[in-house]
Amino acid sequence: MGISACGAADPLSLRAGNLLVGNAEGAPALEMTLAGGAFEFESAAVIALAGADFEAGIPLWSAVEVPSGGQVRCGHARSGARCYLCVRGGVDVPLVLGSASTHLLTGLGGLEGRVLRRGDVLPVGQAALRPAWGKLSGSKPCAGPVIRVTSPANVWPLCRAAWQVKEDSDRMGLRLRGPALPPHTGHMLTEGVPLGAVQVPPDGQPIILFVEHQTTGGYPKIANVISADFHALGQLRPRAEVRFEQVSIDAALTLLKAQEDWLHSLV
Amino acid sequence: MSQSPSVPPWLRVAGASDRSLLIVFDDEISLPAHRDVLRLAPLLYSVRGVRNVHPAYASILIDFDPLAVSHSDVERAAAELYAQAAASPLPEPRTIEIPVAYGGEAGPDLDPVAALTGHTTAEVIAIHSGAEYLVHFLGFSPGFPYLGGMPESIAAPRLETPRRRVPAGSVAIGGRQTGVYPMASPGGWRIIGRTSLRLFDPNAEPPALLRMGDHVRFVPVAEGLI
Repeated sequence: MGISACGAADPLSLRAGNLLVGNAEGAPALEMTLAGGAFEFESAAVIALAGADFEAGIPLWSAVEVPSGGQVRCGHARSGARCYLCVRGGVDVPLVLGSASTHLLTGLGGLEGRVLRRGDVLPVGQAALRPAWGKLSGSKPCAGPVIRVTSPANVWPLCRAAWQVKEDSDRMGLRLRGPALPPHTGHMLTEGVPLGAVQVPPDGQPIILFVEHQTTGGYPKIANVISADFHALGQLRPRAEVRFEQVSIDAALTLLKAQEDWLHSLV
Repeated sequence: MSQSPSVPPWLRVAGASDRSLLIVFDDEISLPAHRDVLRLAPLLYSVRGVRNVHPAYASILIDFDPLAVSHSDVERAAAELYAQAAASPLPEPRTIEIPVAYGGEAGPDLDPVAALTGHTTAEVIAIHSGAEYLVHFLGFSPGFPYLGGMPESIAAPRLETPRRRVPAGSVAIGGRQTGVYPMASPGGWRIIGRTSLRLFDPNAEPPALLRMGDHVRFVPVAEGLI
């Protein structure tokens, strides 16, 4: 129907955070990008911060008890870009088309379809919970400096260059700056495009389609980020350097299976 | 185990990513390809592991859980479903009428389109509303219909600089295509009118008014009546 999938930019951190507090993996949570905020809990709660370190002064990747009236203050991300504040019970917002996620372009979902503002009040849900909550021993699999892609063709021009994430990147697309890629000739019939598609517009500067991307793509697509590296896309900061490595679909699925096994070891 | 047909019913199929498959029926817009897509796309949701099906002019993008099913599993299931469905008739298409207030405040680009195409505004309205359009598929933004059938004589290039906000219901021409913006969004097409008909309502069932395969007619109405 032309509706972007939306959802967490770093889905692995969201899912891990939820599992740590005893929620279902996909329970609604807050996504912070580059800068956090101060959150006051009217009632006692169990929370987890999962993702980049926003210097909140509480341990990451752990379920933490917050007393009634307690505050959690998240500053700026020192490295990486996104952190999820997961609360036991989930954030209770009306679902739109089955999702709690916010779609900024259309103003659908989340809290009134917009970014959060000072003074907003978010109800905590009473969702069915797992009995225990936990702490991550060791760390989340590290997003390497290299993003893996699959492609039916050889994409050496993409893989040999170093790219920089442009400042105007957002949840719709990660725009990259670097040596202009050769143009694709021939007309392209509009077709659906997957998350993580690497598109090349006429200026030769690639765009990685991200969680709020439009469902059809107007530009030629040369490669696709592997599912196991989607979480790494969510942690890219403006001006970060990115490199790509081409792998086979088989290799991509092996990596994905390993990631899923890691996630479910948290339960 | 079922056997796949020896000749695949499509032009080509390839993994579009590690969790999606793109089936391509044609490299051009064609009625046979549209019918193939219309026939097969709805059936694909019955395949185990399939998460999303995105039909387009002559292709279908299938998104699935790759740890539950493989690319070749999905391809094989699609071929079997196509073979089963090939004989069954397509449903009768619906015809949806979209009332449009052309020009004025609702259609700020009607005059420029007339000038660019060498017509009077009355002629542009008559040509645009005189055609019957086919909804090839929905995509790009919620409920947005890709319409086929606009006469080339009113084709007009996109704006040099897209508008930051196009009102919901805006009827527009972009190159050789026409469409309606279901929700307010940025847009680079030429706006020739507006409809008050709600093309997308997240609380409705289904949320999108139009569906793939529908026929659409634009009906000119006076601005006050929309």
